[in-house]
Amino acid sequence: MTLTDTLHTSFGTVLSYRIRSLLIILAIALGVAAVVILTALGDGARNYVIQQFSSIGTNLLVVLPGRAETAGSFPGAVLGQTPRDLTLKDAQLLGRLPQVRRYAPLNVGAAELSAANRLREVTVLGSNANLIPIRHMQLAQGSFLTHGSAYSAQIVLGAKIAAEFFPHGQAIGQRVRLGGNRFLVSGVLKAQGETMGFNTDEIVIIPIDYAQSLFNTTSLFRILVEAKNHSEINATKQAMQTSLRQSHDGENDTTVITQDAILDTFDRILRAMTLAVASIAAISLLVAGILVMNVMLIAVNQRTAEIGLLKAIGATSGDIRRLFFAEALWLSFAGALLGFLLGQAGSFLLRVAYPQLPAWAPVWASLAGILIALTAGILASILPAGKAARLDAVQALNKR
Amino acid sequence: MIRLTGITRTFQMGDQAVHALDAVDLSIESGEYVSIMGPSGSGKSTLLNIIGLLDRPDSGDYALDYRPITDLSETEQAQIRREKIGFVFQSFHLIPRLTAAENIALPLVLSGIPPNQRRHRVNTALQDFELTHRANHRPSELSGGQRQRVAIARATIMQPGIILADEPTGNLDHQIGAEVMMLLENLQDRGTTLIVVTHDRELGARAHRQIGMRDGKVLTDRRNDTD
Repeated sequence: MTLTDTLHTSFGTVLSYRIRSLLIILAIALGVAAVVILTALGDGARNYVIQQFSSIGTNLLVVLPGRAETAGSFPGAVLGQTPRDLTLKDAQLLGRLPQVRRYAPLNVGAAELSAANRLREVTVLGSNANLIPIRHMQLAQGSFLTHGSAYSAQIVLGAKIAAEFFPHGQAIGQRVRLGGNRFLVSGVLKAQGETMGFNTDEIVIIPIDYAQSLFNTTSLFRILVEAKNHSEINATKQAMQTSLRQSHDGENDTTVITQDAILDTFDRILRAMTLAVASIAAISLLVAGILVMNVMLIAVNQRTAEIGLLKAIGATSGDIRRLFFAEALWLSFAGALLGFLLGQAGSFLLRVAYPQLPAWAPVWASLAGILIALTAGILASILPAGKAARLDAVQALNKR
Repeated sequence: MIRLTGITRTFQMGDQAVHALDAVDLSIESGEYVSIMGPSGSGKSTLLNIIGLLDRPDSGDYALDYRPITDLSETEQAQIRREKIGFVFQSFHLIPRLTAAENIALPLVLSGIPPNQRRHRVNTALQDFELTHRANHRPSELSGGQRQRVAIARATIMQPGIILADEPTGNLDHQIGAEVMMLLENLQDRGTTLIVVTHDRELGARAHRQIGMRDGKVLTDRRNDTD
């Protein structure tokens, strides 16, 4: 019996047992669809997080005061203190490193903002002009500390703040009062919404010197550093650490975090999650495989007389085995294909329902789903096909 | 030609051994018309199954066209069934999902004959057995006589040298049965060996050679004087 005839004949058999075939195809399809949709969801979540991080800047390095080390034993750690603060001098030192494109010192606090008979408390970021490009923020109007105005009392308002204080008019050029000092509104941030739990629409930005005097401090909360080159990010980190250690009398009392390190952690966690979810979905494919085995065993029993006849008119055991094998293959193949399409449709619906979630099933997951379905179907048909092939022709023919 | 020597076949029924065939010696020449008769349990069907290579004897030798075939592998035996032997059964044994034409084509499919040749041969067979107008009907839509004609067309499509018929008229009324027998006898007239198992005496008497069996042994072996 030729391969074409085997496939053709078994395809006809699949078609003639319509309801049985449909049900088993559906069972396999649901398994494959589950794998595709769940991995789309998991991978979508992962990409969403990566996107969020990228929107903060991929070449970003963050310097924190203190040593993030559980084994460390400097006495201040117990009291929540650090021996040396980060200062503007540290920031300027880092800015002179050849690998660093630009840096932004950062202080964060809260103060009362008043203007036009309105008053509210706002989050205040103190920094320099670089903060806006480094954090990938954008100005809707105006500028911040440009054209030799580095020491002027300028303030940039978040989009929502600007709308609240100046609902009708031009915010630029207005004077506002922040914690006792007067500032000139030089820019308004573009509305960005929330990224990583930080709403840039409800902040104000002022020069670092004014922030330090406002909060009465000489230390910095963070130093944000942008490396020139993404590929040299580790070298940059080394250079920064060396430079900071030297200026801190050889003490390793600062921590430099790369964006990549945070990203890697999230990436690993979400990948593991996707894999776990996909594995659970794959179990349903094994169940479908057992279902295929059950259906094929029933088929062998139903068609015993037919198998006897085929043997009588000259079918070899191999022919019979291949016929049943091919039948299971068609069922699994149709199920896998339908499942893949269902899965893609489901992922599409997910993307429509949650546009910010890039719910695309990764190629490996779709392939794995289809392959597992085919493998389960094929493995499950070995036993029934063997049983059919071993049937005794005389007994099979006499069974009615 | 068929030559059986000392063929023994024993079945285990519970703790009792039943001798379905007990050292049977039998020779059938090519082109003979033989009927095998006997009460049920006499071993006539077992004999037919062994001649048709569906069953293997426990001991004894079977030579088909001077070639010993008892020790052939399962696959080789399947090939001989395909090419040299055609079966006709009491209950037709048509595959219900397939049309008349597809049922007839089955042995050709199993032999790996290409589709265009298949179509030609099946069409010829449909004409020979007056089934052309029923070609695309399934067995459930055919009468008993038509079904058995499909089965005979299937048995002869490979032009085998031997036709083995096990109660071919058992499920048919008298007149249709007679027509079916005519078809089989026509084939025999053209040189095919025809072996019919039956317990219908009238039917058995039509054969040129009548073998009577009882308890797994050949009891009588008569030839019709008229021929």
